[in-house]
Order: sequence, then structure tokens, then C-alpha cells
Amino acid sequence: MFDVDVWQEIFSTIKKNKLRTFLTGFSVAWGIFMLMILLGSGNGLQNGVTQQFSNNSINIMWLWTGDTSIPFEGMKEGRTIKFNNADYDYLKDKGENLENVSSRYYLPGTIMYTYKNEYGSFETSSCHPALLGMEKVNVISGRFINDLDMSDFRKVIVIGDNIKKALFKEEDPIGKYVKLNSVPFKVIGVTFDKDRRNERTSYIPVTTAQRIFNGADRVHTFAVTTKMVKTVEEAEAITDKVREGLAKRHKFDPTDKKAMGSFNMLAQYIRTMKIFQAIKLFVWIIGIGTLIAGIVGVSNIMLILVKERTREIGIRKALGATPSSVIGLVLLESILITTVAGYLGLMVGVGIMEAINYGLEQSLAAGGGDRMFFLNPTVDFTTAITSMVILIVSGALAGYLPARKAANVKPIEALRDEN
Amino acid sequence: MIQISNLHKSYVMGHNSLHVLKGLELDIEEGEFVSIMGSSGSGKSTLLNILGILDDYDLGTYYLGGKLIQGLNETKAAITRNEMIGFIFQSFNLISFKNAMENVALPLYYQKVSRKKRNQIALEYLDRLGLKEWAHHLPSEMSGGQKQRVAIARALISQPQIILADEPTGALDSTTSFEVMDILKEINDQGKTVIIVTHEHDIAAMTKKIIRLKDGVIEEVIKNGDLQLFKDRVRTE
Repeated sequence: MFDVDVWQEIFSTIKKNKLRTFLTGFSVAWGIFMLMILLGSGNGLQNGVTQQFSNNSINIMWLWTGDTSIPFEGMKEGRTIKFNNADYDYLKDKGENLENVSSRYYLPGTIMYTYKNEYGSFETSSCHPALLGMEKVNVISGRFINDLDMSDFRKVIVIGDNIKKALFKEEDPIGKYVKLNSVPFKVIGVTFDKDRRNERTSYIPVTTAQRIFNGADRVHTFAVTTKMVKTVEEAEAITDKVREGLAKRHKFDPTDKKAMGSFNMLAQYIRTMKIFQAIKLFVWIIGIGTLIAGIVGVSNIMLILVKERTREIGIRKALGATPSSVIGLVLLESILITTVAGYLGLMVGVGIMEAINYGLEQSLAAGGGDRMFFLNPTVDFTTAITSMVILIVSGALAGYLPARKAANVKPIEALRDEN
Repeated sequence: MIQISNLHKSYVMGHNSLHVLKGLELDIEEGEFVSIMGSSGSGKSTLLNILGILDDYDLGTYYLGGKLIQGLNETKAAITRNEMIGFIFQSFNLISFKNAMENVALPLYYQKVSRKKRNQIALEYLDRLGLKEWAHHLPSEMSGGQKQRVAIARALISQPQIILADEPTGALDSTTSFEVMDILKEINDQGKTVIIVTHEHDIAAMTKKIIRLKDGVIEEVIKNGDLQLFKDRVRTE
């Protein structure tokens, strides 16, 4: 069935029936093209949404304080709530609901960084060692803050890549001293953030920050990671519990969002993923629908094709074509057309998505919009090939019945089918 | 060449069964030039289909070249057809998107003859029928007579033992009809058995034996010597 002659026969048939071939091929190419666009867009959306959460652990929660807005236990609103180191210990002991805690003390005023003749002002973030994993800090050389730095109040600093470039140029900053205002800090590490969000931030131990910059035991914000839960309700329950605990300590209404602000990333994440799953399901339903439409298109055209070729098939049979050679002729032709057309549709679809991706990456590289809701909208190779194989197999299956019908045509009837 | 005895064939149409051939007996020797005549419904098309192994029969025996043709499956029937029988049809039945040469070469394709070789043989046959210059033309570019000659070349190319022609002149004007009949006669002179089905008396009269069918059996066989008589009778009819 696979000798050269058969293919020559098929090619000559295809060449002589260009419109028919085009119509069959077009429905297949269109089906697979639409599927690729759809899946690519779906993936783009998914990647974009996932990207929104990639800067931090998805189970991170931030806590900050403000002034009370609800009177509580006889006290008027407008009281300023302040965290302190005892709150850190309290949260640290909170047990199963919370995993890691990092407190932050905001350094007062503008901190001027000086190294030799270079200087500049940068954001300084004081923290616990745990922040490394919580905010996905990416240390590219040296190390991050550790427990010894904390307990010994060491004057060490981890600087962002851009700070390093600004102050140290090509020099290796590790082990060198940079002055924060007039206090020398030893550089122990360099971080790099591919999203350039924290490129001008440096990290110092919160204990050191409090001691050097007159912070006493004052803490401005907490970053904590919560237990990984599956539902929004569970996540919010954890938030509520943390709020209640701290409210009790600082005597404010737990529902007072002004007194203490909180943001639970996990609840947000679960919510977003839920929406996204619905979108994904929708994309697949549409995609499968498109695929079915393509298959139906192929089988329709195959039916017409066989009907149209009844006489030709009758002639061939009268001249000695065996049923299997008739089936082979019809089937191989349709498989050839679906494969080539499917491949073209696939290439064009994937090509367009890659082009869009290229455009997005270009605009990202140019610094336009660092937070895209649409990212890397491409279809992975396996999905593409799988859907194409499905299309070809279904096309062949759909074509098989007409082909069998053609093979069973009695030559007499086919030849009588005249005028 | 052909021995048929007690041949029965009926077609089932819904609840009715139509008994078309009713115990037909027929012997055709090698090298005969026979025409089968009969009014519509006499069973001549059915007989032709059975002769051409395009259709099966219910009862009786059919020997073609000493070989019993009975209950063949589609594949065997196709092979036997390809090897032993050359068909010529009223409406030529050329494949419209193939040129004359490719049409003629088609039976050899099913014998797995290489493309180059079968096209070469096809050209020889076309040449023999005076159509060499038309080898690369499509059927739509040819006249009826030319198309029928292409069809004849196609019937001959597999060197079959018998040629079956179903109303070969039915779509042609009388001049062309006679040309085609001359070609068939020539083929017969070369020793091939030629059987034509026709309802035209003057065409039938050009063959060497006429078999008249009526109601599924042979009503009359007019042999060579009696042909003149037949011709006279036709004139008076």
C-alpha cells in the first residue's frame, strides 16, 4: 500500500482536483489554527496570572498598623497602633497556622549610601533571615542575612544588583564596607531581581536596624507565611485568627482595618486560580468544539468526495482495482491532505503566537509594563502534536466509512450512475 | 472460452424478487465475435455483468477460460477481471482528470507494472489506434469516437482473453460507430473473443453470431451463415 506508485497516483489525483483538495485542507488547517490560537491565548493568560504571584511565596501575608477607626473598650478612635518585638515573638509562637515571620523596621529619613567617592540614596529593608524565602529574594553572590547576624547585631548588608553597579562598578563588593549615613556596613551579598522590582533595595538585619537607627523595639510591618490551605475560607480564617490575637494584644477591634491592615496572598491566589480554572475549562470546551467542527468538516468533504468519485471508483474496480486498493486510495489521500494542511495550520497558529510572544518580550525588555497579564502565550509542543494526531486520526476514521462505502460500490451501479 | 449452464439470477427489491435470468445456457468459443441483443428487461445487462464478473449469480455454473467463476470475493474478482476481461462502455468511462495515456495505462497499474513501462505500453496501444498525438490530452478535449478508441486501447492493454462491450456505439454517430466496429472486428481477427451488447440491429449484424435474449433465456441464436437472413428480416421489421 505504501509503494511509490500509490503516492504518484494520489499526487496526480490531488493535482487534478485542486479545489477539492484546498477545501478539505482548509477546514483542517483552520480547525488546528483556531485551536492553537485559543490554547496559546489560554496559556498566555495562565502564565500572566501565575506571574502576578511569582514575586513572593503564594502563602505570604503582610501586616501593618495605623490609627484605630472604631472605638474599643471605652477608648476613642484615632489611637495609633504600633507593633513591637514582642509581637514578633507572639507570631513566631503562633504554631500551626503560621510558618515563618519576618519583621521590618522602617529606617528614619533618607539613608545615604557611600562607597569611596560614589554615593546615592536607596531603599533599605530591615528583615529577618526568613524573608529570603518569603519574598523570593534572589542572592546571586555572597549570602543572605543569618541568625548570627541577628543575635550579634552585626552591621552587615545585602545589596541589590543596581546598588552594587552604582557604588562598586566592576569591583567585587563582598567584604567591602559601604557607609549608611556614616555607619559602615559590611557587604555580605548581592541580590538580583529579574522583574527589577527590588533592584534598588538592600537588606539589613532588623535587630541592627533598630539598634543603630534608634528604633528601640519598634516594628512597622510583619511579613508572615501561613499554612498552605486549599480554600479561601480556610485562608481567611487564618487571617482572622492572627487579627484577633494581635487585636487583643494592642486592644483594638479585630474588624478595624485601619488599626491593622492585612493582606493574605493565599486567599487572593486561590480566588484567582478558581477564576482561571473556569477560563481554562472554557478554552478547552471551545478548543474541543473547534476540533470537532474540523473533523466534521473533513468527514463531510470526504463523503462528498466519495460520492463525487463513485463513477471513477466504479471504473477503477471494473479495470481490476481491489477493494483494499480503493480504500487505500481514498484514505491515503485524505490522510495526506489532513497531515499537510494540519501541519500548515499548526505552523501558522504557533507562528502567530510566537510572534505575539516576541512582541511581548520586546516590550518587556524595553521596560514597558513590568506586570503583564498576558505572558508567554505559546502552546507546548506535546499539546500541538497531540491535537494534530487526534485530528489526523479522526479525519482518517471519519474518512474510513466513506472509503469503505466506496470500496463496496458495485461497479455496475457506479457505471450506471451515468447522465 | 465461455460455458454457462442453467444460470439463474434474481434481484431482490424490497419484498419482491425479480427473476431476471431463468436457467440460461450459453457457449461461446474462443475467437468468436458475438452480439447479445434483447429488449430492455430481457436480462442482457445482467448477463453482461455476470460475464464481466461485475455481479454474482444465484444458481448454475459459469466457466471462463476453463475456470469456474463462482462466489469469488471482491479481491479475487477484481484480479480475474483485470487479467481476463477488457471492458468497453457506452459512455466510455474514462477518468476525466487523467490524460489518454494514463487512462489506457490504468489496468497495468493494478498489475503493478512500473509507471514508466506502463505508460510506454499505453503509448504503443494508442499508436495502434491512431491516437498517438492525443496521448497527453484529457478526455474532455476529445471527440466521442476518439474517446471510445482510448477506451478500446485501455480494454486491450492488459491482453485479456475476452472483450466485453456494452453498447459500444450507443453514444456515437453512425460513421464513428462503423469505425469502432471495424476496430472491434480487427481485434477479433487477431483472435480475441469479442462480445458486444447492443440493441442496434445493424451493429449486431456486423458480428458473427447474434444471441437474442427474451425473458431471461435465449430465444434465438443466429449464426454466421444465417446472418444474411437476419439482415433481411431486420429490414422488413
